[in-house]
Amino acid sequence: MSAVMKDKAGRQPPKKLSLKQNYEMLTRGLGWEPSYQKKEDIYSKLTYEGIHIHDWSAWEDPFRLTMDAYWKYQGEKERKLYAIIDAFQQNNGQFNVTDARYVQAMKIFLNAIVGLEYASHRGFNMLSREFEGVGPRVAAQMQAIDELRHATTQIHALSHYQKYFEGMSDFPQQFDRTWYISIPKSFFEDAQTAGPFEFITAISFAFEYVLTNLVFMPWMSGAAYNGDMSTVSFGFSAQSDEARHMTLGIEVIKFLLEQDERNVPIVQKWIDKWFWRGYRMLAVLAAMMDYMLPKRVMSWKEAWEIYFEENGGALFADLERYGIRMPKYYEQTIHEKGHMSHQLWSTFYQLRKAGGFGVWLPSEEEMDWMSEKYPDTFDKYYRPRYEYWRELEAKGEPFEFEGLPQLCQTCQWPCLFTEPEDPTQLCFRHSKYKGERYNFCSDGCKDIFDDEPEKFVHAVLPVHQILKGEYFREGADPRAEGFDPMFEALSYMGIKPGVDGGLFSEHVDAKKWEEWTGRPANIHEGPVSDAVRKTG
Amino acid sequence: MAEPARQPVFIAFQANGDTIPIVDAIEQDNPHAQIDESPGMVKITAPGKLVVKRETVEEMAGRAFDLQELQVNLISLSGSLDETEDEFTLEWKL
Amino acid sequence: MVDIKTSGVKPLRTGFTHLIERFGDKRPPNRYQEATYDLQPTVNFHYKPTWETEGERDLYDARRTTIVMNDWYDLKDPRQYYYGAWTMTRAKQQGALDQQIEFVTKRDLLGSLPDQAKAQIVWGIVPLRHYEWGANTVNSQVGAYGFGTAITSPAMMQAMDRLGMAQHLSRIGLFTDGNTGDSLDQAHGHWMNDAEWQGLREQVETLFVTRDWFEAFVAQNLVADSYVYPLFFSHFEAQFTRVYGASLSILTDYLLEWQKEVARWVDAVIKTAAKEGAENQQLLETWVSRWRAAFEEAVSPLAVELLGGDEAEVVLDEINADINKRIAKLGVA
Repeated sequence: MSAVMKDKAGRQPPKKLSLKQNYEMLTRGLGWEPSYQKKEDIYSKLTYEGIHIHDWSAWEDPFRLTMDAYWKYQGEKERKLYAIIDAFQQNNGQFNVTDARYVQAMKIFLNAIVGLEYASHRGFNMLSREFEGVGPRVAAQMQAIDELRHATTQIHALSHYQKYFEGMSDFPQQFDRTWYISIPKSFFEDAQTAGPFEFITAISFAFEYVLTNLVFMPWMSGAAYNGDMSTVSFGFSAQSDEARHMTLGIEVIKFLLEQDERNVPIVQKWIDKWFWRGYRMLAVLAAMMDYMLPKRVMSWKEAWEIYFEENGGALFADLERYGIRMPKYYEQTIHEKGHMSHQLWSTFYQLRKAGGFGVWLPSEEEMDWMSEKYPDTFDKYYRPRYEYWRELEAKGEPFEFEGLPQLCQTCQWPCLFTEPEDPTQLCFRHSKYKGERYNFCSDGCKDIFDDEPEKFVHAVLPVHQILKGEYFREGADPRAEGFDPMFEALSYMGIKPGVDGGLFSEHVDAKKWEEWTGRPANIHEGPVSDAVRKTG
Repeated sequence: MAEPARQPVFIAFQANGDTIPIVDAIEQDNPHAQIDESPGMVKITAPGKLVVKRETVEEMAGRAFDLQELQVNLISLSGSLDETEDEFTLEWKL
Repeated sequence: MVDIKTSGVKPLRTGFTHLIERFGDKRPPNRYQEATYDLQPTVNFHYKPTWETEGERDLYDARRTTIVMNDWYDLKDPRQYYYGAWTMTRAKQQGALDQQIEFVTKRDLLGSLPDQAKAQIVWGIVPLRHYEWGANTVNSQVGAYGFGTAITSPAMMQAMDRLGMAQHLSRIGLFTDGNTGDSLDQAHGHWMNDAEWQGLREQVETLFVTRDWFEAFVAQNLVADSYVYPLFFSHFEAQFTRVYGASLSILTDYLLEWQKEVARWVDAVIKTAAKEGAENQQLLETWVSRWRAAFEEAVSPLAVELLGGDEAEVVLDEINADINKRIAKLGVA
């Protein structure tokens, strides 16, 4: 006893470490200056983008999370989440959503997002290897493993839906091949094939920090409103990681800007590029929010005002002191906010046979909502179009676009957007590179191509591939008698021709939904089958 | 001369039993904050600065609370974050 | 609530198409299979990686190693870890470890050791936090440039595990120095400057420039760990315990148990790759023998310093015998 006392008396008692000290002690000193290999051989990808880093230790870790705490909190989140997913499956929760149109939105969301989370995971794996500083590397690897979490939980939520509905059982194939999923796939591959600093600026800052609130906040709240507890659970649970990732996004920008003045114009160029790339990619979300949620939480326009104009505005005001300005063409997004969802949904409607989900025209009630939310644009430009198309449907001659659309070489959407100042004129831009002509949907997309033509000429555009005869299943013979290129191309894309796409009122999901639930497949229109009357 | 309007920061949580004391604590410590509820989610916005204090959350929850627990139910935030044992602060530097 | 006539509701299919193609539709695919198979894109890569220095390569490209597999998803993880299974397992283990840490903290078991015991920990255990960080780097490389989710996902979990181990070893240091961090600075000095540590650091740095990710995987997770873990956490720990009691082993046992678990994964991957064909098998054999020579030489001076010359010889023989048995079972001896 006395020996212990004496021993203790001779020494200071252990001092209590603050969260920050504890994190730094356990983490910061793990790296070392190599002497047996050259630093530039170990970290070989850090200079070619022109970014200068002088002091990696200047990195501030906003969330000071050590692995023990990480496992503890993530383990708790996972336990909660899988309990909900299990209960959802046991109780056939898929039938508690508002109607079967909601499921059509899920198809776009899940078929794309699993692959995107995975791409993000692999991208951050690279940063986890390539960054020289311990702080940013640990932040990158935590995000890397989180993104794997998101892909995984989304697959597990999707797993149940795909057993009851069409168009969700081939997500890996669709991700690689479906024309409209090529849009987000090309976005992430653009970032993954860029250098580490561009990747993290693109994904952590431009996408996560500036734009993902639009995806998760109103969309997930919309999922809750429409009774989809499975999606709400994984969505919000993923979002709790996302909050960490967003702080990484702001930290990385400040770090790059503070390290060297020469970084500023490079970072500004990336912000311009990735803001526009991200904005174009999210056009699909605009259509989903305004048209595909049977019960709506807010319009795309409102979401853009809150999450970009207000919050993004606050952010860029804060960044002004570094010489960073608002992203190029942001004014155009404000012009377009009253148009984008309508133009996109019209396009999906016209191309519905090439889609992997059922499509419908908005009901009277829904059009009234749009008139209210879009007082300057909807009645003037879009209501007349929908009313005309409703007439054609009533006559049994629904309007349809024949042929293949022209795709933008950069964002890969069909050139469906209008001129910035004239919503009646489709916008087309072109560039020549090495004797070839390339098409774009906007000035933003053209600028991006013109800055890196050598990269963007390699974009795989599904329409071009079909025309070249390279978007068909193995063994398909275009010279064979009765060869149906559209059928073959859709099959290649993981879309079942005549089943997955088309008019929602004729869709197998709609019929099955009414048979199984006795409730209308579209709450705003009459039932599509006898099942509702019989059981209802 | 009027002070320039301060840029807003926000924090959002899942709306559930765990977050009621957190939101209550924020409300008490940030009288300038605005609280918006939407399906499944509660969002708290304030001009300039928003603080979550451990002590107040503990008072509201009636138990010891580690601010890192916020992560379990966090949906999103904006502003620059600084986290210590006692306070979780969101702020624009300007 | 909605009244569903459940009798009439039959699922249209048992599982995702790609999993039914692989495993048939007798039983629904499990969560590991869902989270793993065919997740990595295979076609229609849009752009050429601007960072690639090895010539024409796609974003995901099997040619980043000389190992060849007909199906990269054959390299499955016997632990069947998907993120949730992995993180919940680790959370549980960490919970148990936290109790041990609390026990050690309350009694100040490490802080109250005699100075020379603490010096031994700081010299012989704490520098391994850098070794673990090196292993984190190598497994990140596998997760980044590896081919197929079957190998890349558990590699990233392994990278995170190694970060956890590095932090755990740092914590052991802080126990000896009363949270001042002096032990971490000293251990860093040993790792950087002490002659006995230089061989190991040199090999770790060589791993950082080993571009074939499969080779790096084998060298780190099979070869290097097969020397480092038993030497430090078994033999050195046993000697330390004989003199100073079990206060250190309460904290290092965790590392041994963890290593036992991951060895199942590492072994399964290497065994499967070796079985794929003679060329793989040859290559793996060459790698194993080359890296064995390097790491045995690297840890020898450490063994001598920690255990004394005679004991070091016995211990290295024992470790080598275990490695011989292990690689014979894997078919790469």
